[in-house]
Amino acid sequence: MLSRVANDLYWMARYIERAENTARLINVNTHLLLDLPRHIRPGWEPIIDITGSRPLFFAQHQEADERSVVRFLVASPANPGSLLSSLYAARENARTTREFIPREVWEQVNQLYLFAREESGLALVQRTRYDFLSGIIRGVQTITGMLSGAMMHDEGYDFMRLGRNLERADMTTRIVDVRSVTLLPELHEDLTPFENIQWMSVLKSLTAYQMYRRTMQVRVRRPDVLRFLLQERCFPRSFYHAVSEAESCLRQLPRPAVPLGALHDVQDQVRAAKPDLLLQDELHRFIDDLQLGLIRVNEAVAATYF
Amino acid sequence: MAIRWGSYKVKGIHDELIRAAGRPRPAARALCQYLSALKDEEIAEYKAAADLAIRVMGITFRVYTEAEGSIDRAWPFDIIPRVIARDEWVRIEAGLRQRVRALNLFIDDVYHGQRALKDGIVPAELIADSKNFRPQCVGVDPPRGVWAHICGSDLVRDSDGTVYVLEDNLRVPSGVSYMLENRAVMKRVFPELFQSHSILPVDDYPSQLYDMLASLSPRPGPRPEVVVLTPGVYNSAYFEHSYLAQQMGAELVEGGDLVVDSDDCVYMRTVAGLARVDVIYRRIDDLFLDSEVFNADSLLGVPGLMRAWKAGKVALANAPGAGVADDKVIYSYVPDLIRYYLAEEPLLPNVPTYRCVNRDERDYVIGNMEKLVVKPANESGGYGMLIGPQSTTKERERFARLIRRDARNYIAQPHLSLSTTPTLVANHVEPRHVDLRPFILSGQETYVTTGGLTRVALRKGSSVVNSSQGGGSKDTWIVDTEA
Repeated sequence: MLSRVANDLYWMARYIERAENTARLINVNTHLLLDLPRHIRPGWEPIIDITGSRPLFFAQHQEADERSVVRFLVASPANPGSLLSSLYAARENARTTREFIPREVWEQVNQLYLFAREESGLALVQRTRYDFLSGIIRGVQTITGMLSGAMMHDEGYDFMRLGRNLERADMTTRIVDVRSVTLLPELHEDLTPFENIQWMSVLKSLTAYQMYRRTMQVRVRRPDVLRFLLQERCFPRSFYHAVSEAESCLRQLPRPAVPLGALHDVQDQVRAAKPDLLLQDELHRFIDDLQLGLIRVNEAVAATYF
Repeated sequence: MAIRWGSYKVKGIHDELIRAAGRPRPAARALCQYLSALKDEEIAEYKAAADLAIRVMGITFRVYTEAEGSIDRAWPFDIIPRVIARDEWVRIEAGLRQRVRALNLFIDDVYHGQRALKDGIVPAELIADSKNFRPQCVGVDPPRGVWAHICGSDLVRDSDGTVYVLEDNLRVPSGVSYMLENRAVMKRVFPELFQSHSILPVDDYPSQLYDMLASLSPRPGPRPEVVVLTPGVYNSAYFEHSYLAQQMGAELVEGGDLVVDSDDCVYMRTVAGLARVDVIYRRIDDLFLDSEVFNADSLLGVPGLMRAWKAGKVALANAPGAGVADDKVIYSYVPDLIRYYLAEEPLLPNVPTYRCVNRDERDYVIGNMEKLVVKPANESGGYGMLIGPQSTTKERERFARLIRRDARNYIAQPHLSLSTTPTLVANHVEPRHVDLRPFILSGQETYVTTGGLTRVALRKGSSVVNSSQGGGSKDTWIVDTEA
């Protein structure tokens, strides 16, 4: 497989996953704000932090009001991480790799981009936002399903799976980081109902709530949520699961030693963590380390294959 | 009923479907009947379905505009097919085979003994100052002496019904993917038509192309590495490069993906390291192919590629230098070349052509420009042309100056009244001018596409069919009325 093509497939998968994550993030925050009493509503600024776009956003806006943030995250061409920019980039990459991906996938990527471009206005209005964002999420899930069901499970597929899982792992750390460090009030043994709601929103943004209840069989508690999102082996959006998927991709690829080494470091780190002991500052530092670890994996992948 | 053949005007012109008002040609009879039974809503519905299919399938072409830069446009497509009877097509196909055979013999001759020049068939100075003659190719022996492996010849029909060859594209002719996609769209939108008609299929092209390319491989073996070399995603024909690579199961590569090593072999950079390449279907012009030999600033090509090709380590299709025969002045000698190399009479006529390089012909051209079409010898895409009957005095003066300054590089032809074919305008039909570009593959064997790409000038009265200038396209049916 051509190095350039591998690079394009890897990034196409990352961009598509990013679009889905952005949609999830906005959806959940919208619902969370409806559930919280006005005086403790965290608003939309934390979402800007989760996506790591604080400087860019405030270079263009005075205030992180709902409309500006949602427009920035969904439709802004000036934001390279916006849902629309991600889908645009995914489509360009799909265009250059049309020989590799099944034709239906190209059509779906193309259609999803056109849908997002034409209908993005729906995201600005609360009443229509959920349908629009669910449409995006469903569209991405369709792509993932088509890839899994119709593409050769060869190197190209592994590069896509690798990209998707690294992006997913990254987004999970971001959500945990901002939700748990920046925005939640002081820790108490007994969570107030509203803190509880915030942790539920963390789970829901990763469609993890139902799976959490079933797996952990405890009520929503901070250490358990962290354990579930960071260390659970079987939940597809948990950090540990995503990096293990990435590991299985690398094992299929030629010359994997260096990227595998970087990945193993991250896996060891997350396995060794003790969520009960990770209080505010420690958690933030820990998440930082995980993200740096992911960056090193990405660099090793690029240096080896692209 | 929205489509009434009785009021469709074909006076003074040859229409591809309709012989005279209300009287379809035999091969188009069933189609015309079907169309005239459609209600307005149905026509609108089919048109929308075709537009949707084109959007969903992502069939696009790139145009460069001042305002928006390089943008992707949906491919303009008309749902009414152009029909050619099978027996007529058989004759055209034979003419194309003959023509391409002679063109390949000529190119090989130009780069070897130059017999045709010595025997006075083509003036030697025409080659010496041809923009597309490549001295670097002299003495090179591509497999089987074939240089133009893929040829796209443009055919037009005049008002008396004669089919002429308007030009031969021997460098990097494009359009074949649209021929294939047009058919795919039509099959999605009008499946019932394909059931009730005997329409010859076109889908064979990608496998024919692959087999031809594979047959050029310098390494014997069952699976040669065939790649399509594209200038990249911003090229106007990128859609086609990607499409053909996909259909052939070949790698689509850019210059930066390839490297020529000290063993003169071409390799591509892969995730497992370097891998040898045997055949390159290149969609990059000669002058950008190899910065060691041609345009030194080119980033599109592969340094050392010509070295590898001359050493016989890689096959290039089309061979560099093949464009020497697609010069429009050389074009005017093709009938003579057919007689010279094949000792046969040409089966397909050329459009009569005035060569401005000859003084008396030049004087005639300058004196009669309002009746003629003036073309530069080496442009493509319909650029740099003057269409006499539609020109202003000022434009004609400008072209007279251009011709005097650079006579070698201009030709002129009588303004043909191109044939028309019914085209959907709102929800009725009007005649629009068309041409036809079939593609001819030459390797071990010769293959001609079934029909080709029909291009249509969508603007009323216009005869410019290029997609960059308001042209669209249609599915082309070769219909077997006896089957």
